[in-house]
Amino acid sequence: MLQLRNARLARCKGSRVTSNDPAKFDEMYAPDGSVRPAYRGYQQWLSEQDEGWLRRKDFEAESFFRKTGITFNVYGEDDAEERLIPFDMVPRIVTGGEWRRLSKGIEQRVRALNAFMHDLYHRQEIIRSGRLPERLFRDNSAWLPQMVGFTPPGGVYTHIVGIDLVRTGPNDFFVLEDNARTPSGVSYMLENRETMMAMFPELFSEVRVETVSNYPQRLARSLAASAPPATKGKPVVAVLTPGIYNSAYFEHAFLADQMGAELVEGSDLRVVDGRVAMRTTRGYTPVDVIYRRVDDDYLDPLSFNPDSALGVPGIMDVYRAGGVTIANAPGTGICDDKAIYSFMPEIVEFYTGQKPLLPNVETWRCADSDSRAYVLDNLAELVVKEVHGSGGYGMLVGPAASKREIANFRKKIEANPTNYIAQPTLALSTCPIFTSQGLTPRHVDLRPFVLVSPNGIDITPGGLTRVALKKGSLVVNSSQGGGTKDTWVLKE
Amino acid sequence: MLGRTANGLFWMFRYLERADNTARMLEAARRMSLTSDDNTADEEWRSIIQTLGQQAAFEAKHDSYSGYLAWNFILRDKDNPANIRDMMSQVRSNARAVRNAISTELWTVVNESWLALDTMLSHQVGQGNVGDVVSAIRRTGTLAHGAMDGSMLRDESYHFARCGTFLERADSTARILDMKYYLLLPSLSYVGSSLDQGQWDMVLRCVSGDHALRWLSGGQIDARAVAEFLVLDQRFPRSIAFCHSALRDQLAALARIHGREGQTNMLMRQSDLRLTDLTIDGVFDIGLHEFLVDFTASNASIASAIASDYRFLD
Repeated sequence: MLQLRNARLARCKGSRVTSNDPAKFDEMYAPDGSVRPAYRGYQQWLSEQDEGWLRRKDFEAESFFRKTGITFNVYGEDDAEERLIPFDMVPRIVTGGEWRRLSKGIEQRVRALNAFMHDLYHRQEIIRSGRLPERLFRDNSAWLPQMVGFTPPGGVYTHIVGIDLVRTGPNDFFVLEDNARTPSGVSYMLENRETMMAMFPELFSEVRVETVSNYPQRLARSLAASAPPATKGKPVVAVLTPGIYNSAYFEHAFLADQMGAELVEGSDLRVVDGRVAMRTTRGYTPVDVIYRRVDDDYLDPLSFNPDSALGVPGIMDVYRAGGVTIANAPGTGICDDKAIYSFMPEIVEFYTGQKPLLPNVETWRCADSDSRAYVLDNLAELVVKEVHGSGGYGMLVGPAASKREIANFRKKIEANPTNYIAQPTLALSTCPIFTSQGLTPRHVDLRPFVLVSPNGIDITPGGLTRVALKKGSLVVNSSQGGGTKDTWVLKE
Repeated sequence: MLGRTANGLFWMFRYLERADNTARMLEAARRMSLTSDDNTADEEWRSIIQTLGQQAAFEAKHDSYSGYLAWNFILRDKDNPANIRDMMSQVRSNARAVRNAISTELWTVVNESWLALDTMLSHQVGQGNVGDVVSAIRRTGTLAHGAMDGSMLRDESYHFARCGTFLERADSTARILDMKYYLLLPSLSYVGSSLDQGQWDMVLRCVSGDHALRWLSGGQIDARAVAEFLVLDQRFPRSIAFCHSALRDQLAALARIHGREGQTNMLMRQSDLRLTDLTIDGVFDIGLHEFLVDFTASNASIASAIASDYRFLD
């Protein structure tokens, strides 16, 4: 942490992060205007293209997405409304060398997360050692007593993880969030690439890019390798969705389709003879691995929320008896907790015996009185997040907030300090987006997708790059008007 | 495959067929109203709303019939429980729910068509574009069947989809015939006034059979020929006999795949017995109306047997 403080993340001083901010790192252009190595091939191609033609292509991309039905539903709005996540056609490019370093850091972090989950549901050594305060999980609804003493098949808790990375300088990548509950967005990684290849096939013969399109096969393999002891023959995998009104339904259907797995809803499943079985046209047949996109709370009305109609009564008993694999394991959502996040450097070191290769963003826990005082004094410069929040909801971006918004947030923090953490307003790196006036820089982040099975950790070279489309905005979440880009890892 | 998915495919294709059939009827009424005087024209619209079974809903809302009122009612009125926009919305949401059981080509056709229709039907449809709207609806059916034919595995999903199509089509043809059966009775066929000619033509147009029957009969159309054609002609893809055989083939294929027959196949055999060697005189002996009522009821029990044999619902 100390080292990090010294490295001093570029912090926004003025009321807004502007595109001319000298502290800002652009993925494509160096400050002297030259093109960075990762973008040389792309720049070469781009300089040969006609602008009018590019504009037409940009327009085509949207109709392509709409036709394909790659949409998401926005929470809190009309159920029937489906929106497109805007797609920008300038790729986010990472060199092979950069990716190698990132992968090592991600692998280390995900390994630690799994060990942490196992420990938290068994001996809790990390708490006994005094490295992690007990209150962090004791009152945490994401921590599930039903998981205590139970080890999931193959010892895997987090089968699919999305690690959100941000960059502030040439070698300065930070982890902003860990998503181990039900990370979404992987369908955009895949469809963005398909779209780019359909629109600009010649580009891919000029620049050699690592493929991402085998992700569904890798996922299927990884899930099958995590099958429970009760499996007979080839493991049967199913994707469990809350249904067509869920915001990520497109992705659920897409992944099931690409994996050749059934897409099931809670009403298709029931417990039959000690197994979880799905209702097929021939009767009930056992499912071995359930890739669930339903939250813990709704999984089993007998164990969790009794009013849930999305889950399967009794699935937790089958799970604990080794009759089914649930991916991710119930109770892994605690990894997404931002108070837990603030301890990740300690967690990584505790379980791997090594310093974290990928640093955290400096984080103040409002639960600690010193930190709280600092946060309250500096609200206008900080980003404040709810510890259980996600999707860009319920957060304060100090530099972009009005006096009234800041005052309101101050009251919230004072009323319930343990519910909040604060971070410096990072000067996230920018990447150009295509507009009718040409290229213009916008802030981006990067979410690589990590698969964990008893056979090891598998990271697909690429990920989801989210981009804040509003000038100066630092919030990249699709629910808040962010867009996406294709993410390229260059072949070495 | 999942029972819920089978159910989704079955209904996706039932709604697609229902929307298509409704659009055909709308097109027939439009054509008739253009070729008759004002009073008879409005009468055509009344008759079509009646055939659709929505006379009460229409009259609760409007005092009189006109083309403009009628086609907007049929196409997009929420007070009409059988409006085409809702049917197409059902097609699309069922397709979405069974997304991984249908080919991308089929999904894209349905999704694109829905997006276009949703825009076209977002406001009142005027005289100038009602034809385009009807064409767009009919084209959806054509494209969807084409996409399915060329891209889908001939497995369970295909057969459930086809069952939906033929059950709905048989039902629709029977319903149209039943609304006009009195025009086709032998006693009246001897009248043969020009008004009756127009009415037969209308019935044929509702199932897009006017060209086909003219071709087959060398231009000589009478009531008996119309009834025989729509009930028994195995060559015409919207006749009751054709839809019935097609359904039988689909159900036989499902039984083969599953390695066993169910209640469905038994009911189908009973229905078969009624239709085998049936002549149009035989139909008139039973009574055309009675025959159609029987047929529709047997169709409905086959539909519910499919749902229970193949576990559509829990």
